[in-house]
Parts: sequence; structure tokens; C-alpha cells
Amino acid sequence: MRLIIKDLCHRYDDLVVLDGIDLTVQEGEVLAVIGPSGCGKSTLLGIAGGIVAPTSGTIAVAGEVPDGCLNPITFIFQDFALLPWRSVEDNLSLVLEHHPLSAAERRERIESGLRRMGLWDFRKALPKQLSGGMRQRVGIARALAVRPAMLLLDEPLSALDAQTRELLMEDFLSLWQRERTTAVYVTHNLDEALRLADRVVVLSRRPGRLREIVTIEEPRDQRLEPSAQAHLAEVRDRLWHLIRAEAQLADREIADA
Amino acid sequence: MPDTSLPMTERSAAPPQPVRFRGGGFTVKGHRWAALLAFVVLIAVWESTNRFGLVSELFLPPPSAVASALAAMAQDGSLWQHLKASLMRIGVGWVMGTVAGMAVGFAMGIGSVARAVGVPLVSAFFPIPKIALLPLFILWFGIGEPSKFATIGFGVFFPTVIATYSAIDSVPRNLIRMAQSFGLPWASILRKIVLPGALPGILAGFRITASIALILVVAAEMIGAEYGIGAFVLTAGNLMLTDQLLAGVLVLSLLGLSIGTVLSILERRLLKWR
Repeated sequence: MRLIIKDLCHRYDDLVVLDGIDLTVQEGEVLAVIGPSGCGKSTLLGIAGGIVAPTSGTIAVAGEVPDGCLNPITFIFQDFALLPWRSVEDNLSLVLEHHPLSAAERRERIESGLRRMGLWDFRKALPKQLSGGMRQRVGIARALAVRPAMLLLDEPLSALDAQTRELLMEDFLSLWQRERTTAVYVTHNLDEALRLADRVVVLSRRPGRLREIVTIEEPRDQRLEPSAQAHLAEVRDRLWHLIRAEAQLADREIADA
Repeated sequence: MPDTSLPMTERSAAPPQPVRFRGGGFTVKGHRWAALLAFVVLIAVWESTNRFGLVSELFLPPPSAVASALAAMAQDGSLWQHLKASLMRIGVGWVMGTVAGMAVGFAMGIGSVARAVGVPLVSAFFPIPKIALLPLFILWFGIGEPSKFATIGFGVFFPTVIATYSAIDSVPRNLIRMAQSFGLPWASILRKIVLPGALPGILAGFRITASIALILVVAAEMIGAEYGIGAFVLTAGNLMLTDQLLAGVLVLSLLGLSIGTVLSILERRLLKWR
């Protein structure tokens, strides 16, 4: 599925957050969005997913949805957004209960999602009994249970420690290796963007405007190879150069506010 | 395994000094018997002040006399008659106030128009001492039970409204956004997310309203009732039967404790996830 954003502007009262965003996310592509704090990355994702109404501009999708897809555009949240009073399997069940599925199919989707994320043995656990990494895996399993055509990931690893981040990045890599699900991945972490994305969109500080789109040529599965390091370091420097000064200014703005 | 990564001179330069523990205090520890002991000491002191003639039995009867009065009430059946009347008034008044309060609180929690209308009204009515309205309710509903139900219900209603809409406000908005992003229908979001998410706050409100109901039932019974713990306490006071008066107060205290225990059990059952 493709996502087409045209001339998108968004403001909160007098505060312009996004201005004139034109962007197309290609089918099967992983597009990372980076930019200074407060530049509207998460707002852009919210608008793309239909949970924030844009002030102006259009958002459209095109292309086929996979068989059995119940929620074409599906979020994975930074804070996991799990219901603390529901067990792991019931958190997955929540997003299936309003669809006309047989009990067997619902069970199959829950089991398949949990097994893929290595959570089957924890299906009866409550979220509070899980580590941060496992909670995010539940969030991913919940997203997979609806067989999405497009994933919108809002800083999904930022609440996790470095080791867990690494493990979950491997999970995302194997997911995109298998299924080629289109994804928009908002992050403030350049290394995550370089490791996971096909293209990286750089937004300016508020109001967020599209500054540059950087394509990463190396195939995702070869980015840890020594031969890829020099080029990735170059791309990283370029990205950092693009956002460094603005990140500093944005930081001061937040401190002043 | 010994740490041999430092050079020998670094390891043996000075004799090691133990690090002094500085992290004590500022932690609450459980003392299971302390509360029981405090009760025993209080009752013993109270009993002995009477036994040694320090306080007149008329003004403060000893615990043994209060216990005897309570036993006598239980034996002649008057305790149950009064208790039944009070429990019925608390039950009906509390349920009326709670059902109405939750309905209005929910409307204010999820509807911006209901909130805009409701908040000033609740703020205006909430501080009124509800017992002051009992004469008006007697005028409207008569001296019988309905005026007492109305007083208790009205007293319970406003705190329930506030507890309910505050509890709905405290439901994390990210959970609602998550549900919307997965396309859950509005009614499902209310039932599966808003209601369970607000439950801790609503149950905390029940604790407050149960106490209010207890206070109001006693006050209402003191103004116009033949039976009920409040009426009994007032009659005992008028007749200077202070042992019976304190027996009635003890019953009220036990009633409050029992209601608190029931709510604790309810919280443990319904909020296991916390």
C-alpha cells in the first residue's frame, strides 16, 4: 500500500506545526522520519493514520491490502498503549473483537502474533509483569494480529534500553524481510533510521518542513557488514549535519518555553 | 574471582575502609500488632479511669458498660430493628445517588457540552451541607422515608459526579487513541477502555460517598425517625443513657468499618491488575 501526502499543513491554534509537506511512501518501503524535537514528526504520523485531523492538505492511500487485513493502517506506539487490566492475549483480542471473525480465527491470529514475537508462554501475563521490551513486543504482536498493510511506528524503541532496542531492531528487520509491509518509522535516533529505513526524511524545526530525503542504498540485511560502514558513516554525518544546528535551536526553544 | 585488573601498587596502597551504611529510615514498615495494641491500651486506660473514679460513669461510661448495653440491645432485638432501618436508608439513598451521579459524571466525562453545563452547577451545589435541605425534602416528600432517601441520595450524588468525571479524565488518552487507531467503535471504547480505566477513581469515590451516606443517615434520623441508629443515639442522649448512646456510636463505627471492608474486597477483586 502507498501513502500519498499532499501539501499538508497543521496548526494548534496559532502554532504552525507542519507546513507544506509533500511526501509519498512507496509500497513495501520503510521510510524513517527524523527531525528536531517538536518538529511535528508524531503529528505527521497521527495525521497519516487518521487520528489527528489536518488543518489543510490531503492524505490518501493507494494499492492492494493483504488478505485478511482488518486495519490497513496500524500504529505501534512509543508507550506501548497496552490495557493494564487485560492479559497479553486479551490485549491482542481487543483489536479483533469488533470484527466478524470466528472464535477459531481469532484464536489463530492471537496465537500466530504471540508465537512470532516469542510471547506465547506469557499470554496470560498482565503488562505490569513484563519488561519494557516484552511490552513493546506485545504492541507489535497486536499490530500483526490485524495483518496491516502499513505500519506507523511512533518512536517505538525510545522508551527501551540499548540492548532491548537492538533486539527489537532485529525483530523489525526479520519482520520486514518476511512481509515487506510498508512502514513509516518516526525516530530521533539516527542509528535506528540508518539500520532500518530505505529512505530517511529530514524535517526542519517547527514549523516542520521537508528539508531533505536521503536514500540509503545498502540492503538492510548488509548494513552491519564492514563494507557498508564507510558509506553509512557518511550518510550519518550528512543527516547529523542537517539536523544538528536546528536540534540545538529547538532544544533552546523548549528550554525557554 | 578476585579483581586482578589493577596494578599491584594500586591494589595495596592503603588499608580498605568499610563503607558506612547511610541509607536507613524513610521507609514505611508494616507493624501488624501495633494497631491492635493501640486499641487494647486505649480501652484499658478508658476502663481504668472509671474503675479508679477519675471520670463519672454518667459522662463517660466504661467500655464494659458499653459492651453490656450493646449485648442487651442485641438480646432484646432493638439493635437489629434500628440497624435494619438505617441500612435500608443508606442502601436506597446511596444507590439512588450513585446511579444518578455516575450517569451524570459519565456524561460530563465524555461530553464537552455536558461538562460545560455540569461543572458550574456541580461547583455551586456541592458545598451546600445537604442536611440543611432535609426540611425542604420533608416539605416535598413528607416526614417518612422518601425525604431521608432524598437527603442521602443528594449528598451522595455530587461527590459521585465529581469522582466519576475526574476518573474518566484520568484514563490515559493514549489508550483511547490506540483503540481509535484500531477502529474500535465508540461504544466499545467506552465499555472496554473508559469504564475499566475509570474504575479505580470511581471506587475511590465510593469510599467517600459511603462515609457521607453514614453521616447523613444519622443526621436525618435524628431529625425525624422512630427507628434507626441516629434516632436511637438521640433518644439515649436525651435520657442520659450514655452507655446506650456510646453503644449506638460503636455500632456506627462498626458499620463504617464493615462498609470499608466490603469496598476493599471489591477493589481487590476488580483492580487486581494494579
